[in-house]
Amino acid sequence: MTDALPTSEGFVPPSRFAVPGRIAVSNRAAATWQRATVLEIRAETPAVSTFRLKVPEWQGHLPGQHLMLRLTAEDGYVAQRHYSIASAPDGSGEIELTLDHVPGGEVSGHLHTVARVGDTVEVRGPLSGFFAWPGDRPALLLGAGSGVVPLMSMVRHHRAAGLDLPLRLVVSARTRQDLIYAAEYAEETTAVLTRTEGRLNAAHLAPFLGADGQPEGGWEAYVCGSNGFAEHASRLLVAGGQPVDRIRIERFG
Amino acid sequence: MSRYTDFAPTRGFTGRARAADRDPRLPPGQYDARDGWPVLSAEVTPQLTAADWTFRVDGLVTTPHTWTWDEAHALPASEYRGDIHCVTSWSKFGVRFGGVSLDAFLAAAGPLPGATHVVAYSHTGYTTNLPLADVTGGKAWIVWEYEEGPLPAEHGGPARLIVPHLYFWKSAKWVAGLRLLDHDEPGFWEQNGYHHRGDPWAEERYSGD
Ligand SMILES: Cc1cc2nc3c(=O)[nH]c(=O)nc-3n(C[C@H](O)[C@H](O)[C@H](O)COP(=O)(O)OP(=O)(O)OC[C@H]3O[C@@H](n4cnc5c(N)ncnc54)[C@H](O)[C@@H]3O)c2cc1C
Repeated sequence: MTDALPTSEGFVPPSRFAVPGRIAVSNRAAATWQRATVLEIRAETPAVSTFRLKVPEWQGHLPGQHLMLRLTAEDGYVAQRHYSIASAPDGSGEIELTLDHVPGGEVSGHLHTVARVGDTVEVRGPLSGFFAWPGDRPALLLGAGSGVVPLMSMVRHHRAAGLDLPLRLVVSARTRQDLIYAAEYAEETTAVLTRTEGRLNAAHLAPFLGADGQPEGGWEAYVCGSNGFAEHASRLLVAGGQPVDRIRIERFG
Repeated sequence: MSRYTDFAPTRGFTGRARAADRDPRLPPGQYDARDGWPVLSAEVTPQLTAADWTFRVDGLVTTPHTWTWDEAHALPASEYRGDIHCVTSWSKFGVRFGGVSLDAFLAAAGPLPGATHVVAYSHTGYTTNLPLADVTGGKAWIVWEYEEGPLPAEHGGPARLIVPHLYFWKSAKWVAGLRLLDHDEPGFWEQNGYHHRGDPWAEERYSGD
């Protein structure tokens, strides 16, 4: 890491990392709260549901981006959390979020147990261009638990736009029952069921990282999930030869 | 602040903590992460040892200088005890970081009168910009201890910058240096849509706030 320390001549980042952002974000969209109406609530697994929202002023997003969601009580108390956008951009003014019901969770708990169709919440976004995938480079996606949400937006976009550039998704879940979007996966997806198989390991990634598995120009890797998963998966990628500056990580906390 | 004016209660939402007994240490829009300490770096955690770590101050200074781990530890010890706030809405109360005040490094390098801003950069290539006034006068530290132990790698160990009065993306992990400039130069998250300054009490989260 220290082989190229910055010199006084110029500001040179000292390692290969410096992952560039993918897109410029709209300041206005990021700064303005908008009212969103719950159109549909769909169970994905026993602990995970998808919330379809109507956001009339939605300016569109790129797969991988997230938003901030805010709940306000009658007395003005607010709680806000970040959620990735699950749906592909489609210009419909509707977006989907997929939330894990965190035990004791203030925001996810409300949405899972109290919210119903017709309720309103507020959102601002889309936010952060860093984890966005404009569909321009081959993508290797690694997710666990609700970390698959922004990756599914990429998979859905890949399909809806009929892109033919390579895209592979490796998802990790405890059991098949906990696998979010299970019915939607096709050949692009490898599911790792950790209760029976153990956690994601080098062998799961080997088919994509060897000389034969790489697409032309290599992968842009996107890793998303809990911090524990992000640490583990990103290390596997580095050990497998994926360049550090082509690994983007979104940690849910 | 965000431009939103019209407040719209969500049916049935009462919230876990009532506004009335909200902890006064909590800035607007934040929640108490208690024992948790979420990790929110966008990059692969570098495998950086103390022997590899160096810290440099250059740019608009009289004496650009690079400190090794041992040289940095020879400076007078200083600590921060207090709260920290992340833009992803968690705050953490009463934490302790041990290291050296940034003032000690800056005093040795000697900022030139024209210096108004700094870019902090890390051993991973991460960058973040700060007004010089936000990192001088006992407001910023280079730290290698968290509570009573070494700073964990995923939280920026072996050493990171902390600027606790601003959102934590300003507190560059795996810090490698500080460059003094006569102008403001947006860093990594600032180029990716975050606010230039990041004051949690003013909710300066995204550019445009
Ligand atoms: C960029 C980003 C994108 C994200 N995308 C998604 C997504 O697509 N889907 C998703 O499900 N999540 C996502 N998350 C995580 C999400 O933002 C929330 O952290 C998550 O929903 C939990 O929020 P909550 O309000 O339900 O729980 P919180 O109330 O924040 O609680 C979290 C944990 O802390 C405990 N806790 C907190 N306060 C107390 C207290 N006072 N007393 C006791 N226990 C307490 C809770 O029991 C719980 O275990 C994302 C996070 C980030 C940063």
